[in-house]
Amino acid sequence: METFVPALTIFILALFVGFEIITKVPPLLHTPLMSGANAISGITLVGTLITSGARLTPVTEILGFLAVAMATANVVGGFLVTHRMLAMFHRKD
Amino acid sequence: MPQEEAIVKLIYLTAAVLFIFGLKGLTHPRTAVRGNFLAALGMLLAIVVTLLDNRIVSFQIIVAGFVVGGLIGVIMAYRSPMTSIPQVVAVFNGFGGGASALAVGAAYMEALKGEWIEEITIQFTASVAMAGIIGAVAFTGSAIAFAKLQRLLTERPVLLPGRHVINIVLLLLCLGLGVWQVVDPSGSFPFWAMIGVASLLGIMLVIPIGGADMPVVISLLNAYSGLAAAGHGWVLNNSVLIIAGSLVGAAGFILTALMCKAMNRSLANVIFAGVGAVVATETEEEDIYAGRVKSASAEEVAILLSDARRVVIAPGYGLAVAQAQYAIQDLMLLLESRDVEVDFAIHPVAGRMPGHMNVLLAEANIPYEQLKELDRINPTFRQTDVVLVIGANDVVNPLAREADPSIPIAGMPILNVDEARSVVVIKRSLSPGFAGIANPLFAADNALMLFGDAKEVAMDLTAAIKET
Repeated sequence: METFVPALTIFILALFVGFEIITKVPPLLHTPLMSGANAISGITLVGTLITSGARLTPVTEILGFLAVAMATANVVGGFLVTHRMLAMFHRKD
Repeated sequence: MPQEEAIVKLIYLTAAVLFIFGLKGLTHPRTAVRGNFLAALGMLLAIVVTLLDNRIVSFQIIVAGFVVGGLIGVIMAYRSPMTSIPQVVAVFNGFGGGASALAVGAAYMEALKGEWIEEITIQFTASVAMAGIIGAVAFTGSAIAFAKLQRLLTERPVLLPGRHVINIVLLLLCLGLGVWQVVDPSGSFPFWAMIGVASLLGIMLVIPIGGADMPVVISLLNAYSGLAAAGHGWVLNNSVLIIAGSLVGAAGFILTALMCKAMNRSLANVIFAGVGAVVATETEEEDIYAGRVKSASAEEVAILLSDARRVVIAPGYGLAVAQAQYAIQDLMLLLESRDVEVDFAIHPVAGRMPGHMNVLLAEANIPYEQLKELDRINPTFRQTDVVLVIGANDVVNPLAREADPSIPIAGMPILNVDEARSVVVIKRSLSPGFAGIANPLFAADNALMLFGDAKEVAMDLTAAIKET
């Protein structure tokens, strides 16, 4: 219980921050918002690193490898494709 | 708290703050590139500081994962055409969900051996179950969404008999296995059985949803992968995962709600009703269109456009399918060189994900000031001489204004193109759109049909205007 309540507090407050900021994103940028947010959800990579770097059995080793590879693709690909899209938006010259 | 641990936690906090600033940057196109960069920087910080964690004793697997995953990410991000962005986001999203499910699985198995954490608490097992279920649903759901968008599977809804019953049974089974795993953490069988059932549930939930409803599905799956990451954070008691996961969850849920509102449908209706499985009957179409549809040639429309002072282009997904973006940009530049004001009317569900059409037009060098959303463009149609509807159908269908509940799009906010002086609909045939209903706009007094492929018609119009 001693870690549950602080974790819940952070979770709820972050949800509110998320709602406040994201409702201000214009429809123009909703696709980059989604792919950028998606790249941020690749933060799960941090968790996969901690698990897969521990002393492991062969089974968890394979799971760890798959998890790190998938989360890395999510992070790297997500930020790059978002950048590629955002670079296309320009003003009238 | 030892000093090192405090420093690691402060760096995680910095990463979380950078994520928030990054998302804030996305509120304006001028600051968006920098915002994305800040978020990426936050991610890099979080990863580097994690690699210094003394629980990590072996780096081989991590390096192998970085190389393989990095290559996949770079290739997909740079090789995919902009029309495929929804598929790309679906794949990355599925990867994120899948990674959460597998990683909590690995953490759970290590914990069962008594290696990795001191004590298996309810918070630990419950978070493992939550991240596992949501992650698995996000993984297989995204895979099906990808297959549908890529046309590996039919885009039309696949309605299995008794699917609601099957889904409820699967959900209860999934929750039951989850509870078993929470109260009796002695073996890994309940966990993996739960992952298997949740994977099946992900497939069953997305298969009955049609192509044009994909903006909702992708947004929702995005929210799920955020929640899976947050759940993963509870497992590890790691605040940066919790914060980032809930930010993404919020983004996904907001976009889901906006997309449902843009179609005036409830989330339950989008997910469960199987809209788009029926197609209009010939007789209904004959009643509405009989003898009233006027067809025009490119030359006639060119004359209309040359005399116009203000033209609005209302694009739909058909424009992207025909790859007509660049041909449309040529037409826009030609009209502007003759002092015609040109704007684009962007309906929220015009593409296959929220805001997709804006990206497709931005790629064709159309300035973003001219891409106007529903609320800003609708009041201007009365002062518009010509509207070109290109590859759009349901989002300009006046039947949406009727209150008749038998009309699948009743109450959906539409682009009021029929208020303009003339409307030219560029389309291959009179066939119905995704909602499967006829469109009385095609038979309206001020409407002309210009039949043909969007790209060829746009090129013909440009050529014809040059001759006038």
